[in-house]
Amino acid sequence: MQLEVRLFANLRDYLPKDSKGQVKVELPEGSTAADLIKHLNIPRDLPLIIMVNGRREPENHVLQDGDRVGIFPPVGGG
Amino acid sequence: MKIYRVNMTEGTVRAEEVKEKYATLGGRGLTSQIIADEVDPTCHPLGPNNKLVLAPGLLSGTNAPSSGRLSIGTKSPLTRTIKESNAGGTAAQKLAKLGIKAIIIEGQPQDGKFYTLKVTKDGVELLDGTALVGQRNYDVGKQLRSEHGENVCVVSIGPAGEYKLSAASIAVTDGDGRPVRHCGRGGTGAVMGSKGVKAIVIDDTDAPGVSIKDKEKFKEAAKDFSKMLLNHPVCGQGLPTYGTAVLINILNEAGGLPTKNFRFGRFDGADKISGEAMYDVINERNGKPTHGCHPGCVMRCSQVYHDKDGNYLTAGFEYETIWAFGAHCTIDDLDAIATLDRLCDDIGVDTIEMGVTIGVAMEAGIIPFGDADGAIDLLQQVGEGKPLGRILGNGAEFTAKAYGVSRVPTVKGQSIPAYDPRAVKGVGVTYATSTMGADHTAGYSVTANILKVGGQVDPLKKDGQVDLSRNLQIATAAIDSTGLCLFVAFAVLDEPKALPRIVDMINAQYGLSLTVDDVTELGKSILKTEREFNAKAGFTNSHDRLPEFFNEELDPHGTTFDFTGEELDEVFNF
Repeated sequence: MQLEVRLFANLRDYLPKDSKGQVKVELPEGSTAADLIKHLNIPRDLPLIIMVNGRREPENHVLQDGDRVGIFPPVGGG
Repeated sequence: MKIYRVNMTEGTVRAEEVKEKYATLGGRGLTSQIIADEVDPTCHPLGPNNKLVLAPGLLSGTNAPSSGRLSIGTKSPLTRTIKESNAGGTAAQKLAKLGIKAIIIEGQPQDGKFYTLKVTKDGVELLDGTALVGQRNYDVGKQLRSEHGENVCVVSIGPAGEYKLSAASIAVTDGDGRPVRHCGRGGTGAVMGSKGVKAIVIDDTDAPGVSIKDKEKFKEAAKDFSKMLLNHPVCGQGLPTYGTAVLINILNEAGGLPTKNFRFGRFDGADKISGEAMYDVINERNGKPTHGCHPGCVMRCSQVYHDKDGNYLTAGFEYETIWAFGAHCTIDDLDAIATLDRLCDDIGVDTIEMGVTIGVAMEAGIIPFGDADGAIDLLQQVGEGKPLGRILGNGAEFTAKAYGVSRVPTVKGQSIPAYDPRAVKGVGVTYATSTMGADHTAGYSVTANILKVGGQVDPLKKDGQVDLSRNLQIATAAIDSTGLCLFVAFAVLDEPKALPRIVDMINAQYGLSLTVDDVTELGKSILKTEREFNAKAGFTNSHDRLPEFFNEELDPHGTTFDFTGEELDEVFNF
């Protein structure tokens, strides 16, 4: 299946520079958000915020073909 | 400590001892109490019977990290409710070091002239401010520093405050002397203008400093608290690196970035105006991505933004500003938005109120959506005091009325900021019920709704939102009294040992034995005082509601703001 993946803040460093934080990723059916994180080589020393189609989901969330996935490190402001 | 009472009718200054009931109050707790005690809630906000109160927080002027917030309280000309608006910059620290608990400005000059207040170790004096009339904030600061010394802090109003426009702010200079920190919300600048005060110069040369009862205990608690802030991923890493603008992308992703006057939850140009884009631009142009608004801040969420030629353009370029002129007006040009931010700081208007107003002006067809040059021109007209500028400078609701627009995102007359209440329902509850009118900082439910800070509450559902907003509104009222920046809350919400450390610092400084429960009680009592003032000013539960167009479904989630009035009224069940 193909996913539309966006990485934000310092996580952009885990994608090629010209990708501007946005890539298409191919993963086997049944893959979870945790599988995607592993696939992207994102280290697990910080908690991450995972959004699938605009909703926050846990790491064991099973992804579907065509999902829009955004992954954020801890961010804040206001 | 002293309270200075400046009577602008008589042109006199009196130093008063601090009443016992005010001794353990500071910041918002103190400004709201003094306004409630001394101001008739039915008075005209711009008349002689309103007052303007400036107060540093309880911990300001000490080594407590990030404790330089200044509170300004009054009856708001924008909302006609009680108002506390707070800002960073160096004013609070200097006032506290001078032993000043509060400055109360009352009355109104008979001669219609403008004055400058000078605050030093010897007290407060009134100086002629005629030469500054008509000047914008950057020039006011430059002029006053050349007269009074480079290290003074300048608190000033721009032309908008002189015109007494309801969106007028009060500027506070940062450590570099720039007027980039503002008591933005609620038109406090108009009240300062109505008092005939153009600027306040604060010189803390040879100030006695803040006295601390138990220095060792204070030092230990401050050090520990500082560590907790630095160890928290948001306070210690996210905010220093990207500033608050990092929220553009996460709100866009969550479908809660209000776009084109609250029609959509996502903005196509979000990428171009995001914190990440800003970070790259700042670095390319040798600006500063990390910059503290006052000495001793460990989070340093501010930044210095340069223009295309590498020259200074603006600083303290915040998420809400970028949202208001950006997604709300569908402008995706970061340099244009930075120019608008600079203009707001210089003219002395709230960036949220002005950005939302420009969007309403677009709704009215005065200029098309997305027209950056048109937006800059409109804002210039506010600074020049032209008739259209005066309409716009009175805010979104006034402008909507003038042009017959019904889609106006305000609560109690104050513009709704950067989080759509249909996709971030917890903050919608705060907008509706806050004593301040629509104000995200009054109970920032975005934490648990979006940022996974202080627990998790589904932003698209109603469950838990009323409790979340209530608890945050109580905690915020208390934090706003300490002088601590509200951003410490990210650490406080996640680290159970943080709040006790704040209490330790207050106890060590004042020789008290407060507990964490007392902090909650303080927050409740401030809210009750403010609610009571508003009730006497004519506000009822029916004012604690959102505009009806939030019943329309918002893409991409198709959600509405679906709380009943009874549910919203449960916020104040204490």
